[in-house]
Amino acid sequence: MKTRILGLLAAVSLVATLVVGWRLPPTEEQAGYARLIAVHPALAWTAYIAFGVMALGSLLYLLPATRSRKWDRLAGASGEVGVVFTALMLVTGSIWGRPTWGTWWVWDARLTLSALMLALLFGYVALRKVDMDVDRRAIISAVTGVAAVLVVPINHFAVTWWRTLHQGRSAATLAPSSNLDGSYLRAMFLGMVAMMLVYAWLLIHRIRLERLEEENRGADLAVALAERRAEAHDGAVSGAPDGGAVVGS
Amino acid sequence: MLRDALLVGAKDLRVEVRSRVALNQVAPFAVLVLVLFAFALDPDRGLLASAAPGLYWIAVTFSALLAIQRSFAVEAADGARDGLRLSGLDPAGIFLGKAAAIAGQLLVLEVLLGVGVVVLYGTELRGGTVLALTCLAATAGLAAAGTLAGVLAAGLRVRETLLPLLLVPVAAPVVLAATKAWEAALDGQSDQGWPWLRLLGAFAAVYVAFGVVAFGPLLEEA
Repeated sequence: MKTRILGLLAAVSLVATLVVGWRLPPTEEQAGYARLIAVHPALAWTAYIAFGVMALGSLLYLLPATRSRKWDRLAGASGEVGVVFTALMLVTGSIWGRPTWGTWWVWDARLTLSALMLALLFGYVALRKVDMDVDRRAIISAVTGVAAVLVVPINHFAVTWWRTLHQGRSAATLAPSSNLDGSYLRAMFLGMVAMMLVYAWLLIHRIRLERLEEENRGADLAVALAERRAEAHDGAVSGAPDGGAVVGS
Repeated sequence: MLRDALLVGAKDLRVEVRSRVALNQVAPFAVLVLVLFAFALDPDRGLLASAAPGLYWIAVTFSALLAIQRSFAVEAADGARDGLRLSGLDPAGIFLGKAAAIAGQLLVLEVLLGVGVVVLYGTELRGGTVLALTCLAATAGLAAAGTLAGVLAAGLRVRETLLPLLLVPVAAPVVLAATKAWEAALDGQSDQGWPWLRLLGAFAAVYVAFGVVAFGPLLEEA
């Protein structure tokens, strides 16, 4: 029930972001593309949070004192949802970069870092998709999750020294003298709220699904076996040739 | 821990000396990669010479994937993995030993590839100190992160395809930093290579430390 309210809030704020974003006035330099400020920073923000939650869940599972299946589920769910947000961030960024920078992709530090983050998440999710024992999967994906986040600061220095092109962080230009018009800022923050709500909603549902999957692991086999046994039993009672022969011999 | 590491490392190297898989299969492949780069980048336009550091480190990374694959394939057969778990050796020692054996093989491979770059691409080796230290630091990092990724993927049915996906994004800064350090050294500006070298050292330290800590629970439960 509570998640239904959360889902409703997410949907409403998403629609509101769409409406507010759409009604933003076009700017001189970027024309209508400036409206992407309602979605792109929000997606990036949420993608980084999802990555961080994945890493945190992994770390908490890895530490013996806090080891609990729920942290594994949290990390797994956040990693999966994170793939969606990271991919969307790269796609919207690309769409924004084409008219403003002139290319779909530039080898800028932040872009490269985000692409590497997506690759790390891909590896993490791919590992979780492999069929194996739940406890084993939990421990190896926890190690993978922590190994993935450990490289981020090193990656950061590497790609920053390599090259830097991206404009400063959008929120870093929050000073009153900022040339970012108030309506754009409002749209950006509305978008952030909306994406965070969507993320939370997806996360909760993914965790729930994961728990159900774990509970029902192997259950379908047990059900099928019980059904077959019941069939054989019925056969024996009614004297059908196949079932009866098996039971009789 | 170090004694155990020595035991495991010596065991892996002995397996290698007797089977010669790295020498007979991985090394020729690595040289072949250098030849393929020559096909992709016209040798007459000087592209190869200018791109040599990057190509060299990509060849090293690809070969490292094979060496890691091999290092854990050895443990997969005949229940060797269970034997290792039953042996009572310190997991951290096992990690260090396996990583050291991989690093040793990679260093030999790097010398070979270095000769290959000189002969095939006409690269002039300069700034020897930075070149050598880069090799040491990058190899330590690759071997540590690779051993971790190797044991993560070991025993899974999809290990061959999963290992590159797990390792390459993590090893990406090693390739970048090692390439930049080599570029600086080969340009005769070794001093510009030092920040990259420090980064490689940090990477190696972080992943060796994490491997030492994480290998125990991994070996225990995986």
